[in-house]
Amino acid sequence: MADNNNTKATKGAISIRNVTKIYDPEGVNVMAVDDCSLEIGAGEVCMIVGPSGCGKTTLLNAIAGFHSITKGEIYLDGEMLCGPSKPLADQGADRIVVFQHGALFPWMTLIDNVAYGPKVQETMTKAEALDKAGHMLAEAGLGDVAGKYPGEVSSGMARRAEIVRALINDPKVLLLDEPYRAMDALTKSIMHESLLEVYDRTKVTIFFITHDLEEAIFLGDRVVVMTTRPAKTKTILDVNIERPRDYHVLSSNQFRVLVEDAKDAVHEEAVKAFEAGERELA
Amino acid sequence: MTLYRFKKALSTPTPYLMFFGIALWLGCYYLFVEGWQLPRFNKLPGPVEVITEWLNPNPDWGMSLFTPIYYEHTLVSCRRILIAFAIATGVGVPLGLFMGWSKTFRDYSFPILETLRPIPILAWVPLAILMFSGLETPVIYLATLASLFVTTLNTLLGVDSIDEEYFRAARCLGAKPHHVFMHVVIPGALPFIFTGLQISIGVAWFSLVAAEMVSGEFGLGYLIVDAYMNVTYVIMVIGMLTLGFVGWFSAALVRIAGNRMMEWRVRALALEGR
Amino acid sequence: MSEAVQNGGTSNGAHSSGEIKPRKKSKLGKALSSKTFWRGVIALVGFVVFWELCSRTYGWTGIQIPWIGKVPPPTEVIYAWSYVIWLPGYWESWYLSSARVFAGFIVAMVLGIPFGLCLAVNKYFYDIFFPPFEVLRPIPPLAWVPASIVFWPTTEMSITFVTFLGAFYTIVINVLGGARSIDIRYLRAAQSMGATQWDLFSKIILPGTLPSIFTGAAVGMGITWEVVLAGEMISGGGQQGGGGLGFFIWSSYMGGTVAQVIVGMISIGIAGYLSSSLIRYIGSISMPWRRLF
Repeated sequence: MADNNNTKATKGAISIRNVTKIYDPEGVNVMAVDDCSLEIGAGEVCMIVGPSGCGKTTLLNAIAGFHSITKGEIYLDGEMLCGPSKPLADQGADRIVVFQHGALFPWMTLIDNVAYGPKVQETMTKAEALDKAGHMLAEAGLGDVAGKYPGEVSSGMARRAEIVRALINDPKVLLLDEPYRAMDALTKSIMHESLLEVYDRTKVTIFFITHDLEEAIFLGDRVVVMTTRPAKTKTILDVNIERPRDYHVLSSNQFRVLVEDAKDAVHEEAVKAFEAGERELA
Repeated sequence: MTLYRFKKALSTPTPYLMFFGIALWLGCYYLFVEGWQLPRFNKLPGPVEVITEWLNPNPDWGMSLFTPIYYEHTLVSCRRILIAFAIATGVGVPLGLFMGWSKTFRDYSFPILETLRPIPILAWVPLAILMFSGLETPVIYLATLASLFVTTLNTLLGVDSIDEEYFRAARCLGAKPHHVFMHVVIPGALPFIFTGLQISIGVAWFSLVAAEMVSGEFGLGYLIVDAYMNVTYVIMVIGMLTLGFVGWFSAALVRIAGNRMMEWRVRALALEGR
Repeated sequence: MSEAVQNGGTSNGAHSSGEIKPRKKSKLGKALSSKTFWRGVIALVGFVVFWELCSRTYGWTGIQIPWIGKVPPPTEVIYAWSYVIWLPGYWESWYLSSARVFAGFIVAMVLGIPFGLCLAVNKYFYDIFFPPFEVLRPIPPLAWVPASIVFWPTTEMSITFVTFLGAFYTIVINVLGGARSIDIRYLRAAQSMGATQWDLFSKIILPGTLPSIFTGAAVGMGITWEVVLAGEMISGGGQQGGGGLGFFIWSSYMGGTVAQVIVGMISIGIAGYLSSSLIRYIGSISMPWRRLF
């Protein structure tokens, strides 16, 4: 995103105010999120951690407009996404989700996948979209595989392409739902660096859900620890590590102290969740 | 590449065993029927008799690869299958897609489909003869009906099988409903659609043969029954083998068409070593 | 489905802070309050009414609606049915057809399951016996009817043979596919715990293949009904009068009572549905681990 270089982020502030979500599967009420409030500044990397099935994804789904909320409001840059009058947010290209299992369309080549957003929104002609997609893929180091299908490239490449597919739309917010969960540690660290590089370039607001505390601290400006279901914010840790960051951060003392703090906060909740034997909510 | 694979395959016992298996089967067939002439088996025509007749320019029973009447029966059946399969696919695939796409439409149409489906196709024969005049239409109707159910249900299953995340991703990227239909529902359901089409063409042959046997004055099914009535059992076996071949060939065509339309899938599966 | 409710219930109980109030509904209650159920009812009623109207228009207006107009209306079918159920011949047809279906089906299971398992576990067996199987498979079972009549001494046996053939291919293919799709890790896990060959077969391969066996059986059952019907219409309907629902349909047609033909069609539909439900039921009790999902 050449036009976005060196700009201070001015867009993508999310405000979650007193959001409650109650599911009703099979006639049994389950409260997934209870009175949760959170302010995310424009251009912030906000990491959400918490035990399995605690309702992190519910929050993401509410922002993205996949699920309605029961109470509360969510604002994006001062505009209401969802609230009492409109429980389900519209889905739009200003908030793009990168999914846990990856959702590149397997029937389109990487370049077609990336060009898809501008094409259907009709913000660019087909040729322009393909051209820009080619450039962006090359920038992300995927120029050689642009013509391949997602099933033919490694999961790391696919995930990078998926982030490119999101960024081409110049979104206000990037919503990531444990995108690196199934990856090995080495691939993961490469993915982290490339995400940080993308962030430093675009300063897009990132809402990132994870289980991995080190990942959360390495990437985030703030780490929000959620309680077990129903999810509330338990503590918020500020990560005051200089950007741009690289893997040397991982061995610094500051980093270790932060990880220790986060572990303390999460462990208690994890034990509670484990004892309750929670199954992950869809 | 192909040559390499072929050579490699020759170094394993598989092709030899395969050859042995078929030879064993043919050998038993020959010995039971023509060699030892076991009781009951001796009523059937043996492999040598069938092959000589099939390849005989002046056939003893009036039918071989060199007589036009043989091709006439085969072509009539193929034409019927082509029409039935085209109609069933043209109606069944869109129907299945819409049923998967719209919950309301599905709620209304699925129960009717499920009520009619358990009725075997053969049970429709008298009704089909009654509803459609002539000999040709009822036969085609029966083959169409059979493959319509299979195609529709598999297409529906295909739409159901698409991961919810693809819909979400498309809508996130700003796709409108018609985009989602064109770019997610159709390509996502394709693998199931083609599995369905392969089954459906088999079912169409199955029903066509049945229909031709009961009514009709041409086609391979009719040929088999007619040969039975005239006690020309060699022709009966020729008819059966021809049916097997055209049935296999048509299914292979559907498979090839599917692979061409789903290159993404073929390539991904090839990487997994399948 | 009931399992999911239970699970939700217990997890809620252990977790009182977030619980609001569990509302439980019975299965029937849920069906009656669901939109889908009522839409289905509307669709079916609409279908029957439409059929009735289309068949009646000729009598009322003299205009015949194409195709459906020639079919007797549902009321007439019900009337014909109420007459037919008092005839012992009707129930005998049920019995005869079902007996044939089950005879062919059981033979196909007894031969098909071991054959499919052998194909799956032994490579040499597969290489030798699978090619002839594949060569014969594309020939539709019904094409075997005349040959089978020539070969087998009685009509009954030839119908059973063709029935067997119809179900056999499906069952073998499903068993083979099922046994091959068993996760290799299960086998390795069992081996690492010291399982013998027989243990591997009886504790891993057989239960692992059960779901496919039942899928194959359900599909095979459908084909079996189809084949029995055809056999009855072709041979029984011809000269010997073998009876059965296929013959019932054919003779009703010959006798010109079309309403009875439809009675026969619906009866066969019900019979086919009942038998595949039976298979699903047996499947669910013999595979308790599958009921969780």
